[in-house]
Amino acid sequence: MSEAERAPARIRNLFRTTAFKLSFAYLLVFATFAFLALGYVAWNASRVLDDQMVSTIEAEINGLSDQYKAGGLRRLISVVERRAGEPGASLYLVTTAAGERVVGNVGALADGTLTQPGQTEAAYARSGQSDVLDHHAIMQVFVLPGGFRLVVGRDVEERDRLRSIIATTFGSSVALVVILGVVGGWFVASRVLRRVDAMTETTRRIMAGDLDGRLAVAGNGDELDRLASNLNEMLERIGELMRGLREVSDNIAHDLKTPLTRLRNRADEALHGADTPEQLRLALEGVIEESDGLIRVFNALLMIARLEAGSAQEIMARFDLGLVAQEVGELYEALASERGMQLVIEAPEGLMIRGNRELVGQALANLIDNAVKYGGSGGAVHVTAEERGSGVAVIVADNGPGIPEDARGRVLGRFVRLEEARSLPGFGLGLSLINAVVRLHQGTLALEDNRPGLRVVMTLPA
Amino acid sequence: MPIHAQPAFPRIPDHVSSVPMRLLIIEDDREAVSYLVKAFKEAGHVPDHAVDGLDGYALAREGDYDVLIVDRMLPKLDGLSLIRSLREQEVTTPILILSALGQVDDRVKGLRAGGDDYLPKPYAFSELLARVEVLARRRASSPGTIEATSYHVGDLHLDRLSHRVTRGGHDILLQPREFRLLEYLMRHAGQVVTRTMLLEHVWDYHFDPQTNVIDVHVSRLRAKLDKDFDTALIHTIRGAGYILRPDESPREPVAS
Repeated sequence: MSEAERAPARIRNLFRTTAFKLSFAYLLVFATFAFLALGYVAWNASRVLDDQMVSTIEAEINGLSDQYKAGGLRRLISVVERRAGEPGASLYLVTTAAGERVVGNVGALADGTLTQPGQTEAAYARSGQSDVLDHHAIMQVFVLPGGFRLVVGRDVEERDRLRSIIATTFGSSVALVVILGVVGGWFVASRVLRRVDAMTETTRRIMAGDLDGRLAVAGNGDELDRLASNLNEMLERIGELMRGLREVSDNIAHDLKTPLTRLRNRADEALHGADTPEQLRLALEGVIEESDGLIRVFNALLMIARLEAGSAQEIMARFDLGLVAQEVGELYEALASERGMQLVIEAPEGLMIRGNRELVGQALANLIDNAVKYGGSGGAVHVTAEERGSGVAVIVADNGPGIPEDARGRVLGRFVRLEEARSLPGFGLGLSLINAVVRLHQGTLALEDNRPGLRVVMTLPA
Repeated sequence: MPIHAQPAFPRIPDHVSSVPMRLLIIEDDREAVSYLVKAFKEAGHVPDHAVDGLDGYALAREGDYDVLIVDRMLPKLDGLSLIRSLREQEVTTPILILSALGQVDDRVKGLRAGGDDYLPKPYAFSELLARVEVLARRRASSPGTIEATSYHVGDLHLDRLSHRVTRGGHDILLQPREFRLLEYLMRHAGQVVTRTMLLEHVWDYHFDPQTNVIDVHVSRLRAKLDKDFDTALIHTIRGAGYILRPDESPREPVAS
């Protein structure tokens, strides 16, 4: 696709982005509010002006009618005449009952104005100017005894000018809001779109097979950044799982070949070497033993793989880890004492955690089994459970040879067996199984020096 | 092809069940079926079989079986749906589920669907036989009956209420766990119980006890029971587990 062909598509995409839609929605809401707020202000201002005019008119009418009461028509006319001559003044008009002008600064009035007593807004012409009714005023018509009419009014030109200023401001500010909003939305959307495009590009590359590719993180901690770093973590985890899978297949190839060869040899031996039924039986029993061992390895491998695949499938519930430590410890107590070892359990009840009791029990059994196996006779194995932070720690400590510091990270992997342990039975899956259970529970597993011996601290969150 | 343990036949004469069981095996792996049929026949039982879920369902509804052995993954109707349908039809025959999926939650799902016991593949035949016999016995002792408050096997007596154990009138002091172990063995006196069954029912854990932890507990209990007596009560069945029964044979026969 060429740049030119891409452009319309890009614009279409821009309208489709969430950022653009959101900007547009905000713009709409903001413009509506601005419209309403400005409109309210304008309406209020013009109302205040009107009120002021009306009250001025009323005050004048009251004043003039007082003058009339005090001095009759003559006095009213002279006062009106004087006031009408003042600059910037109100409008005054006194007419006869027939509507003929007696005195005042109003030249002509719209027809019918005089016949309506009370307040009205009407067109008028100033006296001494043309008869075109090109001014507007609020007026009050007051009927005097004898049919004379007194009209007092105020020109509304200023008010109208104010109104038009408000209207202009109003229009231009709404237009400004709209322009700013559109431009801002466009800017934000295209920025977001550019980053999303980059992410899409990277993910496409990763899908195409570049598993080491990672999304760019701008470092400003916004939602796109968080998404990118989460996706990166996810990719890391997927990579880890794939490496694990590859490791397992490698391990199966290397480490399961030995017992399988042994199994085959035993069967071969039974077929060719056994002369008596007793020998045959022994050889077959050996075969069964070997295959049972292999089945165990398969089960352990499957279980580890499944635990590492994720937690969603396992059933989690609250249980007492202290009690589990007691029970599993007690299960191994007899075995330990038979081997001349002492198993000391210090686990109070009531150490509740959320997890899978079976899996944690099995992990703990593996730990204690290891401690009894490697602890060496005459030693002691301590199983301790205690609250630690917001979780519970179970510590299994022995006095055996321990694990050298540089090997501690390694032994958690599958099929890792240290040189010293080669002579003892096992496949090197115990600790990796424990590690898988701990990771499933989002806990931590630490291998420490017990001086002498190994101290395994398994901490599980409550 | 699933991994399959086809262990040698246990020394059956040690514990041929006095009552033959009628069994229905619903499993689609024909090789496994013929192996199981042969093995159950040699153990003195009467096995029927079906190779898909629908046939199995029809047979299970009509036939009067003591125990059903159901594979989880079956053609036409899967194992768990089959069990659920049977339970809805109020077929109460005990069911043992066989499954290649050995995880904890699969077990729970199986039991929730209405299964009575669960055995992950691959299994040893001795384990399957022991579990099936226990299930059949439970059915024979009619469901819903209150468990006995005391057990007697030979001169051994266990009172569940007072937590007292005597042999030949002499008190035997047991730790709480030893008491539960003996209680389970006595409840299933005359039947083979396997190590995993003991771990399940006495300790309430369902994993594979890799080392001989259970053996050590049993031999401790055995030492307490048999001390000062000439005859052994707890016998080891090689390749299978343990059986508790009065025996006239000399102490510690060391089976095999």
